[in-house]
Amino acid sequence: MIDPVIASRLQFAVTTIVHIIFPVMSMGLAPFLIYFTWKEIRTGEQVYEQLRTFWTKIFAISFVVGTVTGIVLEFEFGTNFAAFSTTAGELFGGPLAIEGMMAFMLEATFLGIFVFGRDRVGDVLYMISAVAVGLGTWLSAVWILIANSWMQTPRGYELATENGQPIVTLVDPIAAYANPRFPWMFVHMQNAAVLSVALFLTGTAAYFVWTNRDTEFWRKTMKIGLAVLLVTAPFQAIHGDAYGRHVADTQPQKFAAMEAQYETDSTVALKLLAVPTSLEDITDPHADDLFVVEIPFVASLLASGGDPGATITGLNDMDAERPPVAIVFWAFRAMVGLGTWFIVLAFWGGYRWLQGTLFEDDRLAIAFVGSSVLGIFTVELGWIVTEVGRQPWVIQDVMKTHAGVSPGLSGPEALTTLAGFVGVYTALLVLYWYVVVRLIREDAPTAPPSSNREPTVPEEVVPSDD
Amino acid sequence: MTNGSLATVPLALAEGPLLGLPLDRLWFGLVFAVFGTFLFLDGFDFGVGALFATRRTDAEREQLLAAIGPFWDGNEVWLVVFGGMLFAVFPEAYAVLFSRHYLLMFAILGALIVRGLAPEMYEQRHDETWQRWWGRAFVAGSVASPFFLGVFAGNWLFGVESAASAASLLVGLAVVALTVADGAAYLGLKTRGDVRLETRPLGHLAQIAYLLLAVAALLVGSRSSPYVAIGSAPTLGLLGLTVLLAVVHVIAGRAGRHYLAFVAVAGQVYALVALVATLLFPLIDPASGLRIEAAVVSTLALNLTTIGATVLLPLVVTYFVVLYSAFSGPVDEGDNYA
Ligand code: HDD
Ligand code: HEM
Ligand code: HEM
Repeated sequence: MIDPVIASRLQFAVTTIVHIIFPVMSMGLAPFLIYFTWKEIRTGEQVYEQLRTFWTKIFAISFVVGTVTGIVLEFEFGTNFAAFSTTAGELFGGPLAIEGMMAFMLEATFLGIFVFGRDRVGDVLYMISAVAVGLGTWLSAVWILIANSWMQTPRGYELATENGQPIVTLVDPIAAYANPRFPWMFVHMQNAAVLSVALFLTGTAAYFVWTNRDTEFWRKTMKIGLAVLLVTAPFQAIHGDAYGRHVADTQPQKFAAMEAQYETDSTVALKLLAVPTSLEDITDPHADDLFVVEIPFVASLLASGGDPGATITGLNDMDAERPPVAIVFWAFRAMVGLGTWFIVLAFWGGYRWLQGTLFEDDRLAIAFVGSSVLGIFTVELGWIVTEVGRQPWVIQDVMKTHAGVSPGLSGPEALTTLAGFVGVYTALLVLYWYVVVRLIREDAPTAPPSSNREPTVPEEVVPSDD
Repeated sequence: MTNGSLATVPLALAEGPLLGLPLDRLWFGLVFAVFGTFLFLDGFDFGVGALFATRRTDAEREQLLAAIGPFWDGNEVWLVVFGGMLFAVFPEAYAVLFSRHYLLMFAILGALIVRGLAPEMYEQRHDETWQRWWGRAFVAGSVASPFFLGVFAGNWLFGVESAASAASLLVGLAVVALTVADGAAYLGLKTRGDVRLETRPLGHLAQIAYLLLAVAALLVGSRSSPYVAIGSAPTLGLLGLTVLLAVVHVIAGRAGRHYLAFVAVAGQVYALVALVATLLFPLIDPASGLRIEAAVVSTLALNLTTIGATVLLPLVVTYFVVLYSAFSGPVDEGDNYA
């Protein structure tokens, strides 16, 4: 009989992995849309109006799918993780309630104006709506990440037992909400979202460039995307490096899993690559018959922030229950590998741009097209490191995941909904992809903009371009 | 066990409820008021979705979608806020209710997914088969969502531990009828011409169905759940108010006083949630006998959430005023959704 714990965990994994795609799109698009709207209002150039109109359509459909998949997650805490919700509700529910009132309300109401209201409201209110929508998406990240980071590095609480049930009581809200993990997570996540959307913009634009349909619209999209990529890609890697040290300090078991470090050791080498020489060994990144590329001392160096002789405690000397090491190890390597690729891509593009041949290099265009959804894929990998690496804990050192599952839940019930989600969400992803591709094919402006200035405005009163 | 942080506790907030108010009961009321607001606002979206089935021409269907286009997403957030507030203030009630009605919760979610996605998809392509199927999905989602939500509310109120009881199924149907009345009253305000003329009698029919179903649900439910005191003064008072508002709805609708008719339906939605809340009180989960004061979180957390809500809810109301005024007035024939 299927275990309700396994089914619930799988279901949560499937539903969050699907949900996060849409917030990444909307949080990442938000700053671009604010910029397009601002430029449209300030300069009156038609290309900005086109950019705003078109990318708002992608934003709107992402937002709707983000909403319907998000509600599922909020409900799942109660349906599948009732024991966790009872134990941690006091700390965990608060941010979710505030998120609803502060972020989702702001976003969902002003989105109505932003999507439907260009002709109905004045420039000022329209600009305010753009900012409100963007702010709403980012504020929802603040609160949901406060909740998640508290599960990684719980602070500011006391643990008591009521009727045999552990209950977390809030004693210090500032310590709890501004817990050590939160700033790391917020910066890394938000930069990842912007980076992912920059890749998506550049990738779609590159497709039109490559197929020689590059209107001013697509050229502008590509340049703006690339400019943002040049900043966010290197930043993400530099930040991630420091983030890794923080994880080593606060969640040593997770760090050991990221590095597949079983034995406690000093002067630990960083395994860049560990290729199994036999197929079974894929699931065991530390098997003996691996072809390993290592950089000596670097894992120690990373974990300690500069000491190549630092000791890393191995998994064998920790909790007997450990996270599935292979998943964490490989996901982490893939994230870092892709992060490095994004930097290469950004510099390659930047170099061509300097040369003035950005739109001539076919190989570059193909590389961009191929990378257009890799940003989002990398976000998934990062979250898998974070969430799978936290196992067996649902709240680090406070509550184990199996203890958090709803006590009354039966295997068949959990399996039914899991199967339902796999079906419904596959359909959802297919539909979303279909609609986005269709919009790009059919709704993106193909003709060059008719004029750059609004024709009715006399030359003298037109504000200068900046 | 304690934790790493040594920062001092904001003592004043931990000592007693803000201003000495009975915060647990106020929150009990607020949680239901928020649910009521959801049921009223998204209720007309559901109703419009159900009435979508009666519209045959393209232009009329577009008109219905345009009437709710900019609003439905914001309306639905009241459900998210309801869930968040229940979780934040009464986590134990949230956990037992949601996990006990496991499959039902996912039925609600499935219906909401279909309802939310359908209009968006409907507008993506303009060929007939595509629009026929997404139109049907929109209707199905708009009827199923309030039905399952009503069954959930019925299970909650009557302390049902299985998937559903006869009484909770009746509540489900009653809520569907109420949302149809709500949707028709809303279309009275937001549309002109045939749409308004032809949906009005349907709304009045739904109004009568609602009264009958609600009374039937109470009669059936009170037999298995003795605390559901149908003869008590608050129950009779709220029932009387509902009948009165129903009469106002029909008369005002016929007289072309659309605003008044709409308000009369809104009043009935709030009367319904008030009825559920008073019948439950002082329990928050009759099935397990959980009382309000046993389910509530500790003082510090409660005070913080209270401060948050006091600051944020007025802002939220402002957003809604801005949104609804930006799109005030009826939608025209030619208006469409996208
Ligand atoms: C475009 C996406 C992207 C890219 C290129 C990178 N990351 Fe990342 N990473 C994420 C997207 C991400 C994320 C948004 O998915 C995560 C999950 C949770 C979080 O805070 O950010 C994450 C988590 C995450 C964690 C922590 C996990 C935890 O909390 O347990 C570490 C240590 C790194 N990353 C390190 C890196 C390094 C060294 C990179 C070098 C290139 C890197 N990341 C690139
Ligand atoms: C959106 C990005 C996220 C992704 C892709 C993600 C991914 C996952 C995955 C893969 C699991 C299963 C881990 C396992 O059981 O081995 C999981 C579990 C879980 N996550 Fe996340 N997660 C995300 C964000 C969050 C956030 C923001 C929260 C809290 C607010 C959260 C709370 C949980 C909980 C409660 C579980 C279930 C318990 C557990 O298995 O540990 N997740 N998530
Ligand atoms: C597993 C934990 C999560 C839960 C319970 C959750 C909950 C929700 C809910 C209820 C909604 C719908 C709100 C509405 O009606 O408008 C939503 C949408 C959203 N969520 Fe999540 N979410 C989770 C993970 C995340 C993460 C990790 C992020 C970003 C860092 C995020 C960002 C957003 C955003 C920006 C939206 C708005 C819709 C959109 O833009 O697509 N969520 N989420």
